[in-house]
Amino acid sequence: MSSKSLHVLFDDDDTLLDAVKQIVKSKIYINEIYTPFPVHGLDKAMKLKPTNMSIATFIYGCIGFTVAIMMMNYIMIVDWPQNIGGKPSFTLIENIPSFVPIIFEMTVFFAAHLMVITFYLKSKLWPFKKSENPHPSTTDDKFLIDMETGTNIAKTKTMLKKLGAISIEIINNDEDEK
Amino acid sequence: MSSHYEAPIRKPLVIGDKSYHDITEDIARPIETPPNKDWWIAFGISMAAFMWGVGCIIYTIGTGIGTWGLNKTVGWAWDITNFVWWVGIGHAGTLISAVLLLFRQKWRMGINRSAEAMTIFSVIQAGLFPVIHMGRPWLIYWFFPIPNQFGSLWVNFNSPLLWDVFAISTYLTVSLVFWWTGLLPDFAMIRDRAVKPFQKKIYSLISFGWSGRAKDWQRFEEVSLVLAGLATPLVLSVHTIVSFDFATSVIPGWHTTIFPPYFVAGAIFSGFAMVQTLLIIMRKVSRLESYITVQHIEMMNIVIMITGSIVGCAYITELFIAWYSGVEYEQYAFLNRATGPYWWAYFLMMSCNVVSPQVMWFKKIRTSIIWSFVISIVVNVGMWFERFVIIVTSLHRDYLPSSWTMFSPTFIDIGIFIGTIGFFFVLFLLYARSFPVVAQSEVKTILKSSGENYKKLRDKK
Repeated sequence: MSSKSLHVLFDDDDTLLDAVKQIVKSKIYINEIYTPFPVHGLDKAMKLKPTNMSIATFIYGCIGFTVAIMMMNYIMIVDWPQNIGGKPSFTLIENIPSFVPIIFEMTVFFAAHLMVITFYLKSKLWPFKKSENPHPSTTDDKFLIDMETGTNIAKTKTMLKKLGAISIEIINNDEDEK
Repeated sequence: MSSHYEAPIRKPLVIGDKSYHDITEDIARPIETPPNKDWWIAFGISMAAFMWGVGCIIYTIGTGIGTWGLNKTVGWAWDITNFVWWVGIGHAGTLISAVLLLFRQKWRMGINRSAEAMTIFSVIQAGLFPVIHMGRPWLIYWFFPIPNQFGSLWVNFNSPLLWDVFAISTYLTVSLVFWWTGLLPDFAMIRDRAVKPFQKKIYSLISFGWSGRAKDWQRFEEVSLVLAGLATPLVLSVHTIVSFDFATSVIPGWHTTIFPPYFVAGAIFSGFAMVQTLLIIMRKVSRLESYITVQHIEMMNIVIMITGSIVGCAYITELFIAWYSGVEYEQYAFLNRATGPYWWAYFLMMSCNVVSPQVMWFKKIRTSIIWSFVISIVVNVGMWFERFVIIVTSLHRDYLPSSWTMFSPTFIDIGIFIGTIGFFFVLFLLYARSFPVVAQSEVKTILKSSGENYKKLRDKK
């Protein structure tokens, strides 16, 4: 791999999408793409793996569901059973209808919060985290591809120009590391 | 362009000749310019009302609940009325952002941010009332199932009031993270164009270092969708559980199985009305007419009309079922509600909630900004009276005629209510000057399909 990379700016999402398809076709590796809003089809065009977020959330929801039942079983049935108006409430199965609302709420609580926490950790989002978009306009109206140079920089550059890039910057990664 | 096709019959959701950068400019403007005199006046009035409320709350806590107008017969009145009213208002935000996201309604994008903000602020107001009503708010931790020094005396999971604690706290926290996650890219936008160092620091801190990588967006979209899927049953469950506070009791007038769906419809009804009130002012003041269009207002009016009609059906069903039940206590509760000493409250509720939204059948009225504003206020008043009618009229004439009485609020009752309205507007006014009030990153995704200029371009072809 070369130690140089390219920062290519685009000003339109459709041009960007076409360009990404071309770059992938010409087998140049794309490190990262920064966009101001979700560009639909971009993840497929740059061959990103689908995210497992919803599977994780399902598991989190199951945890919440189990925790809720175990908690209420311990509190209401095992630790301190109460006679509430003579109602049948001395086994879990008898008392479970009135546990349904809280089972539901805790399932949602666990699923939602653990999912968001997972998202923040995986995408490195937390207070005092420094942002990593190389160009400030990528949160406004510009789209930036951070990519490898390919074997021939000049050739890559002409290709990108043709694809509608508005600016191409060569980044020397070795210097960054020093 | 072809991938952004939308039927020409659909009205544009972004008016004017806007580019991506114009959207950024328009959303950032209220944050980057100092507030004008009107804002300070509104803020001053709200703050004064808030402080008045704080005074009344301190007096209540210092002296006791006896400072309220409650009596032996009417043990629940304005406090729970206000609680249910605020929770109900808090339903529109998550409904707009979650349910409308699942239904792929693009018009939600212009209004979801502010609606969610309103949700969070009004649930905060709602949460205040049970806490104050405890009389000893420093014992609030007794609400939660934590092991304690009383031989581990636990909370009662069979009580609908405890279900409420779980429902409201889940709703508040989930709405908050939903809102904040959606805000990250927009905070990042403000951060990256901030000139003042202090502003840059603050927005860097609260944008959590959002960079907008392709993978982040992929996760972001999935998280939004799954959160919407979780929030949709959640929003329906919250008011269902609030209605259980009444429906699981044995009081005639409360003990009805229609309560959950009827409360949920009422909550959406009042929530949309409040969104309408706030956004009609905000679109004008913050010059957002291009993003919160008459089309948006019309859509919200249609929702108000439909939920208003559902609520009307529920009122009439209640009356019918009371008669049909053959239970004289039940029959009397409703007869008393409509024709007893509180007939005026019942009449206000009926005319504000059932009759007034029916004018929305006329296109002229539901596309008129003045009318929409007036009706939204009327609906909010009506919904407050609905809760008052349900709560007070069911209690004030109980099984024992010798204890029949009326309820009249003291100035402390009124002060706390006005205080929460003030607090709500203080929060909303601060929000309107420091947060991106339109989800700009989402609006940018629909610009090419639903923007007026792009639609015109396609029509020409």
